[in-house]
Amino acid sequence: MAETTFCSLEALAAAVPDGALLAVGKDSSGVAMSATRELVRRGVRGLHLLCVPISGMQADILIGAGCVRTVESSGVSLGELGAAPRFVAALKARTLRIIDSTCPAVYAALEAGQKGLPFVPLRGLLGTDVLANRDDWKVIDNPFVPDDPIVVLRAIRPDVALFHASLADRFGNVFIARERELMIMAHAAQRTLVTVEEITDDDLLQDQARAGAVIPAIYVDRIALAPRGAWPVGLVDRYPQDEAQVARYAAAARTAEGFADYLSEWLGARRQAA
Amino acid sequence: MSAAPSSRIAADASPTACSRTELLIAAIARLLAGCRHVAVGQSSPIPGSGALLARRLSGGALRVSVLGSRRNNFFTDGGVELFDLAAQGRIDAFFLGGGQIDGQGNINLVGAKSDLRGSGSHLGSSGSNVDSDGSNLDGGGGGRSEVRWPGSFGSAYLYFLVPRVILFREEHTRRVMVPKVEFVSAPGVSRPDVYRPGGPHALLTGLGLFSFDKRRQRFNLESAHPGHSVEEILDNTGFEFDRPAAVPRTAPPDAATLALIRGEIREEIAEVYPRFAASLAPA
Repeated sequence: MAETTFCSLEALAAAVPDGALLAVGKDSSGVAMSATRELVRRGVRGLHLLCVPISGMQADILIGAGCVRTVESSGVSLGELGAAPRFVAALKARTLRIIDSTCPAVYAALEAGQKGLPFVPLRGLLGTDVLANRDDWKVIDNPFVPDDPIVVLRAIRPDVALFHASLADRFGNVFIARERELMIMAHAAQRTLVTVEEITDDDLLQDQARAGAVIPAIYVDRIALAPRGAWPVGLVDRYPQDEAQVARYAAAARTAEGFADYLSEWLGARRQAA
Repeated sequence: MSAAPSSRIAADASPTACSRTELLIAAIARLLAGCRHVAVGQSSPIPGSGALLARRLSGGALRVSVLGSRRNNFFTDGGVELFDLAAQGRIDAFFLGGGQIDGQGNINLVGAKSDLRGSGSHLGSSGSNVDSDGSNLDGGGGGRSEVRWPGSFGSAYLYFLVPRVILFREEHTRRVMVPKVEFVSAPGVSRPDVYRPGGPHALLTGLGLFSFDKRRQRFNLESAHPGHSVEEILDNTGFEFDRPAAVPRTAPPDAATLALIRGEIREEIAEVYPRFAASLAPA
């Protein structure tokens, strides 16, 4: 474990360069909202935001704050609360490039990345406009079986993976429970930045009941302590989504002015204590 | 998908009155009969309830995986597991929707360019201004607008691999049921050389239930929901479909099934969709 693994939220956000290919997870995986606030504060620009495989408020805020040039996702929405307003507005204003994907393709391309492979085949997709709009996906013939066209996807190795988890240990290992897509993200990415609810003195890798659900420190570049770091998104087994707050965001962000007001309040707010 | 208006439908065959939501839940459960494993995606309270009801009616033989649930979800390999299972043929049924659905079973979850709301006289008052799957992007000038929905999610893959895909969309208007989708998130049919064990099995809307004939590449109207006529369905559908000379009425749940929906199923679905469960009538 490098001494610099543990850092402040500000230092963690500083490790995301402008123009980075940044991978973030779906809401239920653990969303690093406190770190996202620091990213917006520091004014990161030109991100290629890869949603694994979908995103919600996190992507919408980054887009609305002008941090994102390209979003690559299978879906961007606020779920039950409807459309992601800044995502939709940016597409309409043509200030955002969208690369439409499909969930298993995001996972498969990252899995190819974690294996160091140049590409990976995936079923489905043939005849879709999703495929027609991708120049990084090709159709090949199955080399083992005749008359079986199949799509191959170029591997993805994100510059940075960013997510929030419940627990890290002081050795830099991160517990992810059942959210295994975080493991794929960490394996595939060049650098992995994690915020956590708490840091334990125990060595998670010595606990056989949990070790299989731990991202070893070798993949983890920076960890920042961030109690309630997913808020207002929820964190599984810790706290539910703050429905009222996300609903308030959804309503405010319907206009550029409302979004600007919400953003300045959000940026000014102190982090909630645990 | 949001909860249906709780208008009560008086069923002909039974003194029991049920809501449209309850009718749809019962219809979904019937469509799942004989399945071994059904998966339910995000934002799908009615399909989720239908799947849980089907499990209950199967005596536990049916396995149900509800995304977003802890209790009814045994996945331990993250988000990718659903897709791996589907590719192996381990999922028999799944639900997809669409901002647009056409008569060949093509679905569009990405967006539309033309303003279909302004293009015809068939919409009547049922043409809502805001899409439940997305948002109306009309800047206010009227005429043509651009609508962007969230995205294709897993549809471009699962539609090919899950044998019994049930298209579920409550809104049944010409703005949704179009002659031709403007973006193919996933096609209803494929060329013979495309590996495709899966595809559309049925289309369930707020007005009726259709089956899909793979050979004819067309929907067939199986039943019209109580309170809705074939003429109303024709008037609100932008594509041609087959239908029998006499179209049956969608059967409402019997009293015992209705009691299950309002009791056990309502409690089970509340874990994932508390607001939806609260909108269901209690037992």
